[in-house]
Amino acid sequence: MGLDVVLSNTSGVPIYEQIKGQLKAAILRGDVAEGDLLPSIRGLARDLRVSVITTTRAYSDLAAEGFVTNVPGKGSYVLPRNAELVRERALGEIEDLFADGVRVGRLAGLTPAELRQVLDTLIESEEQS
Amino acid sequence: MNPLELRGITKTYDGFTLGPIDLVVPRGYVMGLVGANGAGKTTLIKTSLGMVLPDAGTVAVVGHDRIGVVHDQPAYVADWTAVLVGRALAPFYPAWDQSRFDGLLAWAGIDPGKKVKELSRGMGMKLQLAVALSHGAELLILDEPTSGLDPLARSQLLDMVAEFMTEESHTVLFSTHITTDLEKVADYVTVIHEGRLLASTTRDELTEEWRMVHGAASELDAVRPLVRGLRQHARGWEGLMATPDTVALGRGTVIEQPTLEEIVVHLAKEPSHV
Repeated sequence: MGLDVVLSNTSGVPIYEQIKGQLKAAILRGDVAEGDLLPSIRGLARDLRVSVITTTRAYSDLAAEGFVTNVPGKGSYVLPRNAELVRERALGEIEDLFADGVRVGRLAGLTPAELRQVLDTLIESEEQS
Repeated sequence: MNPLELRGITKTYDGFTLGPIDLVVPRGYVMGLVGANGAGKTTLIKTSLGMVLPDAGTVAVVGHDRIGVVHDQPAYVADWTAVLVGRALAPFYPAWDQSRFDGLLAWAGIDPGKKVKELSRGMGMKLQLAVALSHGAELLILDEPTSGLDPLARSQLLDMVAEFMTEESHTVLFSTHITTDLEKVADYVTVIHEGRLLASTTRDELTEEWRMVHGAASELDAVRPLVRGLRQHARGWEGLMATPDTVALGRGTVIEQPTLEEIVVHLAKEPSHV
């Protein structure tokens, strides 16, 4: 089970967000399975040299988003992945990223056809790799 | 019950008044205590430990055998050896753990036969830490433990604090003027200046409440009374502002989350009134 958390002090992203994001990614990739226990809040705080409030916040956010359940006195257990929820979240994220692309394209004067061409090329190269 | 609560503490020396101060150190967390030298940090800690009697107010603190203390200098007899320090202090602590003490001396690289006066600054800190962690303390009070320490010894101290905090009944009060000690490990931060308490809240809230602002000269007049610790220069100005006050600033202004250091420095300067 590979559950690494790698933090940056200079990324500008709050530490609790970085922890939350990486644990979420590990759950979505299946690095940790349903029912697995995540590292304890205090153990993770010690390992990462961050405050207990920071790891507590990351874990309560994960619980609020339905990825884990926090059992007092026991720890945080990974919940079954809700396929529909995951798909919805991914779509939301993709829309945001595409919106950025469309805006940059418009600034540069690209036509919708040219934009679609860029997307097709990206999909093709991803499929080949 | 919280391990340390101060209510309405005041203490006046010649030319210096501490308080009135209310301070709650919550169980299970690291509370940083920051402020310039002479702000009253050590007086506050000595009051908490009963080493200084306050003029007014009450101190509620866990039993002294449950407190581990690290001062900036070891308060042991200079001619004692490290092993004698342990032997002399053990009777005062029902929960003294000799093998833990021996292990910590080895971790610190302290020769048990070395005398207190022969220890380097870093070793002196580690000897105190070894004592503090060998008698089942639930409250660790660190009074400027890192001043004068090299980066390695500082990092080792922070490691031990992190290890200590894996137990949820444990609490740390960590006084320092080196705010980078607290940047990551502190859950709560208390800022004191000239004997007065300026803030006491979670570190995250403190750094959300304030913004470091770098602006153009043309924008200053509109916000001048709102800027703490204003520094003007030929090309513009900078200072600390409450986060809600920054919404009206123009796009040319740089608004950043402050470091603890910036908060302490700017809050300590007088508010700039027109």
